[in-house]
Amino acid sequence: MLNVSEMKKSLLVSIWFMFLTFPIMVIRVNPIEKIVEWRWGNMFLVGIGSFILSFIWRYFIRQKESGLKKVEMGEKIIPFFEKLRSGDSIYLRSLCMTLSCAAAVFPFVFSTYQTTIMTTVLMYVVLGLGLNIVVGLAGLLDLGYVAFYAVGAYSYALLNYHFGLGFWTVLPLGAVLGAFFGILLGFPVLRLRGDYLAIVTLGFGEIIRLVLENWNEFSFGPSGIANIPRPSFLGIQFSLQQATVYQYFLTIGLALCTIFVVNRLQDSRIGRAWIALREDETACQAMGVDKVRTKLRAFALGATWAGMVGVMFAAKTTFINPASFTFIESALILSIVVLGGMGSVPGVVIGACILILLPEYLRAFTEFRMLLFGAILVLMMVFRPQGIISNVRRTYELKGVPGRTLRD
Amino acid sequence: MRTILEINKLSMDFGGLRALDNFDLKMNEGEIVALIGPNGAGKTTLFNCATGIYAPSGGDIFLSPEPDRKIRINSLKPNIITGKGMIRTFQNIRLFPNMTVLENVMIGRHCRTSSGILGAILRNDSTRKEESGIVDHSYKILEKIGLNHFVSELARNLPYGAQKKLEIARALATEPFLLLLDEPAAGLNARETKELDTLIAQIRDEEKISILLIEHDMKLVMSISDRIVVMDYGRKIAEGPPDEIRINPVVIKAYLGEEFVA
Repeated sequence: MLNVSEMKKSLLVSIWFMFLTFPIMVIRVNPIEKIVEWRWGNMFLVGIGSFILSFIWRYFIRQKESGLKKVEMGEKIIPFFEKLRSGDSIYLRSLCMTLSCAAAVFPFVFSTYQTTIMTTVLMYVVLGLGLNIVVGLAGLLDLGYVAFYAVGAYSYALLNYHFGLGFWTVLPLGAVLGAFFGILLGFPVLRLRGDYLAIVTLGFGEIIRLVLENWNEFSFGPSGIANIPRPSFLGIQFSLQQATVYQYFLTIGLALCTIFVVNRLQDSRIGRAWIALREDETACQAMGVDKVRTKLRAFALGATWAGMVGVMFAAKTTFINPASFTFIESALILSIVVLGGMGSVPGVVIGACILILLPEYLRAFTEFRMLLFGAILVLMMVFRPQGIISNVRRTYELKGVPGRTLRD
Repeated sequence: MRTILEINKLSMDFGGLRALDNFDLKMNEGEIVALIGPNGAGKTTLFNCATGIYAPSGGDIFLSPEPDRKIRINSLKPNIITGKGMIRTFQNIRLFPNMTVLENVMIGRHCRTSSGILGAILRNDSTRKEESGIVDHSYKILEKIGLNHFVSELARNLPYGAQKKLEIARALATEPFLLLLDEPAAGLNARETKELDTLIAQIRDEEKISILLIEHDMKLVMSISDRIVVMDYGRKIAEGPPDEIRINPVVIKAYLGEEFVA
């Protein structure tokens, strides 16, 4: 394996990396003593490091390719998650039990800080699942999803400010408003596909944010709205710590509810129509599926969850301003869906965990945090482009064929 | 015999190009009609106009699902037309590649079922019943077509011939009374074409579905059709039973050129 051409390749890689990192790893300007430090040692380390890493990289690429070849040869490689699903349900059940126990005791074992992070993760799980309906199932690339999140958050903040409405009243209202805005966006983009759709939805997201930023009389502009009450429980007011725990469980509830609903939708007549729409719009319509209705349903049902999470978000942070709803937020949610696996519910859950927890726990690496985060994303997309858990089509039980699922 | 499809003076322009020029066609119940003509004669354009994918520039298309009912379908959307009972297949296969074979057929049941969002979430009795009805019906069609051993395979993994058959199965799931087949035999080998021949006859005789097909395989066309319509430059140049068409000088001229006309 260690032949000359391999060595040559790695050598080139290491030279390239030494060159790339030269300005930041080697040169340091010391402004106090007004000298330039040359840290040649760093360059040496980068060279050695990239030399070794390039070998490891090629090893994994080869592994991946041989895996692909095996699939082409007809060998079936069953990935871990697939085994979990098709194998004994005892594994699955025990995993679920462990997870739910862990989730239940989490806020009592870990600090408030950790609980807040977990609440954030769960919110992104719900956002990811919502966007998954639009992007993963119906195949409509929506880059302005954060707009519906903003609609939810501002509807709670404003309705509370002006009319004193409570969290529980606004939660369903937020969902309805989210769905309404979903349809509002849906109508003009019915004819658009692919890139064009992405651009228009991107614009829609920005319009909502800019309106919130500039219409001072309505939304109080960039200074935002403060003192939004936390959710109450039968009129009891909690301390900050109790409220955090309470909110954590509320978000778990919402996440479970979302998983349940999205799962059912996916396996229904409507879910099938969404997938068919994604696969071939013209054929789908020719086979009798109402395109307009199906698309609007996807937009509305996707936006509903963002509206609800928006309300939760406003209640959690107690302060919102337009800066929380920038494009980068939409991109993050979209990455969760793509990284997790388009159209796959467990995939989105794991994707949200990775994308929200990683930057949080990588804080130890301070300035390298985002660099590492980026590197992990790139690696993911190289080695598992279909996402962590790819969507597996459902198999059906048939009445006429006793005791046989259609899998075999 | 009752007319089920009536096309009157249909025209379709693409900019300066006239793809269909005052085209007339009548189809009777239980008939198999073949539409032939050189490449670019406007055959697929006719299908696209009839099924609502294009809005024709002029003329009328009438569909009559029941004896005393005649619906003008010019401006209707494709899914509505499918709902009325006319369905098509595509020349270049357009299946849903990442769905299973069964699911592909199940999509065909969409326009004959009605459960909505609430039904999907609550999964009440009527939704469950409807859903298992969809599965059973779809499976029966696959059995009839002979694709039942592929049910849970993804459509894109099917061999070419099976994909062509699956398109027909998916179309049958919509319970049509008129089936439009766009080059069903293209790319099939001799044995598969023969199977297709039997299948088309079977669909007509057992399901009582009338068939309009575009086809270039003359052996298939001659053996199966009751009537042949020949198109060239968007116009109908000949019409009649196979034996008549075979010796029609106008048709020979359109296909082979002036010098071959005896």
